[in-house]
Amino acid sequence: MKPAPFEYSRATSTVEACELLRRHGDEAKILAGGQSLVPMMAMRLVRPAWLIDINEISALKFVNIEKDAVRVGACTRQCTVERDQALAVRVPLLAQALAWVGHVQTRNRGTIGGSLAHADPCAELPLVAQVLGARMLLRSAKGTRLVEAEKFFSGPMATSARSDECLEEIQWPAWSWRHTGSAFTEISVRHGDFAMVAAAAQIAVDGDGRCVRAAFGMGGAGGTPLAFPKIAARLVGTRLDDEVVKDAAHAAAAETEPGSDLHASAEYRRHLAGVLAARVLREARERARSVR
Amino acid sequence: MSETLHTVSVEVNGKPRSAQVPARLSLVDWLREDLWLTGTHIGCEHGICGACSVMLDGEPVRSCLMYAVQAHGHRITTVEGLAKPDGSLSVLQDSFCETHGLQCGYCTPGMLIASQALLNSNPNPTEEQIRDAIGGNLCRCTGYQQIVEAVQLAAERMRAR
Repeated sequence: MKPAPFEYSRATSTVEACELLRRHGDEAKILAGGQSLVPMMAMRLVRPAWLIDINEISALKFVNIEKDAVRVGACTRQCTVERDQALAVRVPLLAQALAWVGHVQTRNRGTIGGSLAHADPCAELPLVAQVLGARMLLRSAKGTRLVEAEKFFSGPMATSARSDECLEEIQWPAWSWRHTGSAFTEISVRHGDFAMVAAAAQIAVDGDGRCVRAAFGMGGAGGTPLAFPKIAARLVGTRLDDEVVKDAAHAAAAETEPGSDLHASAEYRRHLAGVLAARVLREARERARSVR
Repeated sequence: MSETLHTVSVEVNGKPRSAQVPARLSLVDWLREDLWLTGTHIGCEHGICGACSVMLDGEPVRSCLMYAVQAHGHRITTVEGLAKPDGSLSVLQDSFCETHGLQCGYCTPGMLIASQALLNSNPNPTEEQIRDAIGGNLCRCTGYQQIVEAVQLAAERMRAR
């Protein structure tokens, strides 16, 4: 047995999970799909005294498609969302990103909320949440609060959730423009590995191909996933010509603060950030334009 | 130090099994060391290599990334559960032998679980779909080509029936 000993409790409801968090929060961890937490515990990078298992809480597993947003329960498996055709139409960027998350075996177990709460700055789902401005519904014994992605991701592997709070659902904004397109890409050593840099974009255009809304961002290029709302806003009203897109991508890349490690230097990551951002913006533009 | 023990009652390869286990016991360690189902291999023990793949309620998962206690109330299929009831090899297992898909054999149980799960849901996979399905399984002999051929051969034979 590799992890340090811990007390284990299988919560049967969100209320029970919150009560356990109220009692043990400071020394407890929520166990969702376990695809990041279990290896970290095996390496003893984390040693929670309590694990609160939320896998059997059926109320945390749902996909609700609403007019302006798709609400996803925190413990919904990544494979469930990946296969949801209706969700892919409403939040195409999320569906595209999921294909890059780990492998079949890890997506069968890994959860949407688990990936967000883990807040790896290289991970795909936090990037999509940041780019689209997803909202996290956090519950504690005292009640609930909604936190915007921008405020949720506070640093590498860190969120603004308090130790007595459990992520309950994620609200993914669904754009209503008919001509909406999105794209996701990343560079990693092998498919399914951690991204050196990832990029995501979503674009809406009017019938004449003029941009009415743009959002894009990069992962692996700073302590949190990065979105560039001000730079994206400058794309609105343009025809998104290649030069315009390239300028926006490079302006964003200049604002990144990537680190260096064994796999890539900071300089190379910043270079990738610019190249990949331009690529996803162009792909999203083409997809938006091709909607009939 | 005495650790709290938890009840785990699981159906493993069609048979009910139960035990009292410490929470930190991984599913793969329980399968191998307590149930003596040593067909499932342990490779990296942190979710990279796929050697420990088993089916949980019919879907392939990594058994090193689950605690045994979490399998309570669920259905597990290990590589031992793929053979026919009389112990003879399954179509997929036969195909691995014929195309030399085993090589050193270390990754084989995980490869079999991943590709059987694919064939269960998709009897006519493309090469790309096969490569995607086994993408989370490392073969350090690097003989992926024969493994892909084995899955293609098995799919062909299963469709012909």
